[in-house]
Amino acid sequence: MTPAVSFTKVSRHFGAVRAVDAVDLEIAEGEFFAMLGPSGSGKTTCLRLIAGFEQPTSGRIEIFGENAVGVPPYRRNVNTVFQDYALFPHLNVADNVAYGLMVKGVAREERSRAAEEALALVKLPGYGARKPGQLSGGQRQRVALARALVNKPRVLLLDEPLGALDLKLREQMQEELKSLQKQLGITFVFVTHDQGEALSMADRVAVFNDGKIMQIGSPQEIYRRPATRFVADFVGSSNILPPDFMQRYAGQRRWGSLRPEHIRILAQTSGDGVPARVAALSYLGAGTRVSLDAEGLRLHAVVDSGGALPAPGDAVVLTFNRDHVHVMDEPA
Amino acid sequence: MSSDRSQRAPVGLKVAAAAGLLFLHLPILIIFVYAFTTEEKSYVWPPPGFTTQWFAVTWNRPDVWEALTLSVQVAAISTVIALVLGTLCAAAISGTSFFGRETISLLVILPIALPGIITGIALRSAFSLAEIPFSFWTIVLGHATFCVVVVYNNAVARFRRTSGSMIEASMDLGADAFQTFRHVILPNIGTALVAGGMLAFALSFDEVIVTTFTAGQQQTLPIWMLEELVRPRQRPVTNVVAMVVVIVTFLPILAAYYLTRDGDQIAGAGK
Repeated sequence: MTPAVSFTKVSRHFGAVRAVDAVDLEIAEGEFFAMLGPSGSGKTTCLRLIAGFEQPTSGRIEIFGENAVGVPPYRRNVNTVFQDYALFPHLNVADNVAYGLMVKGVAREERSRAAEEALALVKLPGYGARKPGQLSGGQRQRVALARALVNKPRVLLLDEPLGALDLKLREQMQEELKSLQKQLGITFVFVTHDQGEALSMADRVAVFNDGKIMQIGSPQEIYRRPATRFVADFVGSSNILPPDFMQRYAGQRRWGSLRPEHIRILAQTSGDGVPARVAALSYLGAGTRVSLDAEGLRLHAVVDSGGALPAPGDAVVLTFNRDHVHVMDEPA
Repeated sequence: MSSDRSQRAPVGLKVAAAAGLLFLHLPILIIFVYAFTTEEKSYVWPPPGFTTQWFAVTWNRPDVWEALTLSVQVAAISTVIALVLGTLCAAAISGTSFFGRETISLLVILPIALPGIITGIALRSAFSLAEIPFSFWTIVLGHATFCVVVVYNNAVARFRRTSGSMIEASMDLGADAFQTFRHVILPNIGTALVAGGMLAFALSFDEVIVTTFTAGQQQTLPIWMLEELVRPRQRPVTNVVAMVVVIVTFLPILAAYYLTRDGDQIAGAGK
């Protein structure tokens, strides 16, 4: 099957800055794809390359098998939901939504019907006569979504669409976006710096750093088997084990990662395991996170509520099952 | 604490404010009064008699009409040039970032900061150096230097408030550059352009100094008035024309004020 979007060795350099550096990427049709990374990692530039706002310095971009390099944004069957929504303040909601149809020359009656349908899809029926300035942040977001969907794009790009919303609304929109994507079957490409958002919404996640993709995989793969220290650190809160530590306790001289819930704390001063000292405790509700100092290495363990808790300053011994240690690809 | 004070201003302040306003506007009213005087050789207070004959006299003087026509033409063409160049310049400065952007921004604004006499002398020597004969078009060029600034200042303030992603959104939704300009950019900067254009027109219409240096034999209205003041006959004709100038200049500025009072100040209104 032809991928919806494919990048072959795509680079976008701004002077000496390699915003995107030799990225290979394939996004399947109908997929909910997340690009995750810290700011400046190149994820937004990748999105803008798909939209056509940026052109690659080198490499090949295809959208549904057709070359996209040099094609202006207005000739791509791709639409974007912008981070700041970018609604037109001089037009009312209905005209905002119908804008794409208006510039294509669709008759007024037909486009107002299509706009009303799109507004119903994002649960804002009857809001057509209002101006964007009269809407709340969450409503503006829905209008931006309707405006992008009214053109029936084959790929919908979302640039941190939930960033400006409060937590409650964000969670609600996450669910809605996901069900909307299932319902419409459109390929969604979604940029975020929030790993929780990426893991909970996407079918597959690409983790970006320094203009490169560090890892592509399902949320489970990314979370359980991070390929590099960066991924382990950025996605979730794994303990990162340096090669020396790994050699002593896991028998391999490689970088490793270990999830906090897989560390057991024994209240004894000697014995098999890693000697450590309790540095601090933080109560999380379902459990308590214990910060540990193991010969200069800072580790975190999570103890379920109800279990016996050590006190700060206690000397303890840490044990873990070697099968739970994930050995990363990154060379030592 | 200022918030604890009563709402009423002290009497001294009121008197001072009234005196200030009178000082600003009384001379203009006196100019208006002299338009109706019967004494034509010098300004005598109080006017010896009241007449409206000077309106008819002014109406029938061809030199007034020539000067007025020239001024309107110069102001109109300078404004059109300023609208095109000022908008393009503002779009370039606010839409992109490039090396020397701030310098260019400063260079564009400089003509309005410089005393008019320097602009005038500079242009005059440039024109004679290039052997361009003084004409209608040299006046227009001179006026355009400061008219561009006024339009630029208004447009750039509005461009800054117009988010760049709005233009990208328009392109993203299928609009080409022309459609984006027509449906998104123009509606958003329109009132700023109208305000800047009117202000540019008003500035050009009453310009004296730059015009003195860039005009040949032609007389714009303000230049004509200056010449007329040293002549002994039909003095009140100048006052009638002055009234017209005040009204023609005042109306667009007032309109510009109402068009942009929701946020934008009329940048460059101090010239």
